[in-house]
Amino acid sequence: MSVSASLSVSVGGSNLRVPAGTTVATAVAMAGSPAMRTSVSGERRGALCGMGICFECRVTINGQPHQRSCQTVCAEGMEIETT
Amino acid sequence: MNTSVRHIEADVVIVGAGPAGLAAARAATQSRSVLLLDDNPAAGGQIWRGASERALQSLTRRRETGPLASPRIQRMFGVRIFAGDAARRALRAETATGALQIRYRDLVLATGARELFLPVPGWTLPNVMGAGGLQAMVKGGLPIAGKRIVVAGSGPLLLAVADVLRSKGAKVVAIAEQAPARAVNAFAWSLLQHPAKLLQAAALRTMQWGIPYWTDAWPVACIGNQQLERVMVMRKGRRVELECDYLACGFGLVPNTELAQQMGCAMQGDFVKVNDAQLTSQPHVYCAGEVTGIGGVQKSLDEGGVAGSVLGAAPVTALAALQRSRARWRRFEASLNHAFALRPELSTLADDETIVCRCEDVTWGRIRAHSHWLEAKLHTRCGMGPCQGRICGAALGVMRGKTGWQVESIREPVFPVRAETLAALGARREENS
Repeated sequence: MSVSASLSVSVGGSNLRVPAGTTVATAVAMAGSPAMRTSVSGERRGALCGMGICFECRVTINGQPHQRSCQTVCAEGMEIETT
Repeated sequence: MNTSVRHIEADVVIVGAGPAGLAAARAATQSRSVLLLDDNPAAGGQIWRGASERALQSLTRRRETGPLASPRIQRMFGVRIFAGDAARRALRAETATGALQIRYRDLVLATGARELFLPVPGWTLPNVMGAGGLQAMVKGGLPIAGKRIVVAGSGPLLLAVADVLRSKGAKVVAIAEQAPARAVNAFAWSLLQHPAKLLQAAALRTMQWGIPYWTDAWPVACIGNQQLERVMVMRKGRRVELECDYLACGFGLVPNTELAQQMGCAMQGDFVKVNDAQLTSQPHVYCAGEVTGIGGVQKSLDEGGVAGSVLGAAPVTALAALQRSRARWRRFEASLNHAFALRPELSTLADDETIVCRCEDVTWGRIRAHSHWLEAKLHTRCGMGPCQGRICGAALGVMRGKTGWQVESIREPVFPVRAETLAALGARREENS
């Protein structure tokens, strides 16, 4: 396959270009911090299982909270917020 | 919000598009129509995540199976099945945008496995990840060139992961294998009698690249401020501190049996019980792959092939050949599980402050005061978060022993589901009845 196109998403309000096919979890990590969410006791947490099981990588995508970032592929213009 | 319900009538429904599901689809398509469903965004399962269509076609090639790219195989991804009803032959699911009600004639559950995590002090720090999980992120585009990674846990998966990470430019600081050297050596010899070529190749490359492979070694603490900075490893009775950017850990695999259990399929130990045709105790419900016993990709392909061949009414000779191959890989599975059995020291890694249930932040100190899972759950909320005990339940099975610490009965929804989805499907059900 040829080199795939890139697309633009925002992570915490900052724009980022990522290759097509990049997962949201990866986009968040590429934006600089591995933390995705704050746990019920206030710890910062990042992705653990990477395959949709553990729910540690939940972020808000286009205003919709609790989306598993590891199971979601970036789409053009996607707005991603860590919590 | 208004959720629309889509109704689908299908012939053979396969849940899980990993090796077992893909092999089942190819075999069944000879005479049946197939609907292949997966929670993941693409086919391949965990082991072939990110593989191209062409690669999948060649990886799943078996004796006398049909094509993978066929108009008779319809695929849907990002589908989370949260309930099944074996009597009505129906599944309920949700997608990013709506709800699904699916009717099947025959069902194949090939839901795979997840990694076993063992809570050690500091394991909740960002960048402590599953070995397969980090590999999945890397395949999903995470740049790791120059990153220092400790790979720890147990089993041949560690070698495969280290090999992928190294090939992407990471510096694998060490592979810490908990099993003793003699068990690993015995397994390495048994590899020569099995054509486990991928595993052999990964092991060989790891040696060639000089990645330190430690046996009798396991992580005892993760240290860092905002994220992981160091891992403390116990190696042959001595503590060694390793600076690193990531810890990729996995202590083996746990089968994803929740949907099968919720549908009433009988179990045999930790796994779904199947007969020679991969049929479960429920009529029209088949299981294939890691859900029937952890055994790797070849066993999964053979089991999927058997289920698909039975459904697709394949020639008896083709079916028998698959069954013979399946028997061989099941023996391999047994030797694997023997060599990489977890040592007792691993059940005492957590201290009282270590969080065990990461969804509800319940510490080991609070959980260990209780005598069984249900009591701990009611008093501490452990296992009541969105992962529904998939991570902490499996860990506690090791830490407390299985008796009394198994997740007791599996009820729907087996995945967290939007209230709108339940409302939409519930209302529809009442209309029908």
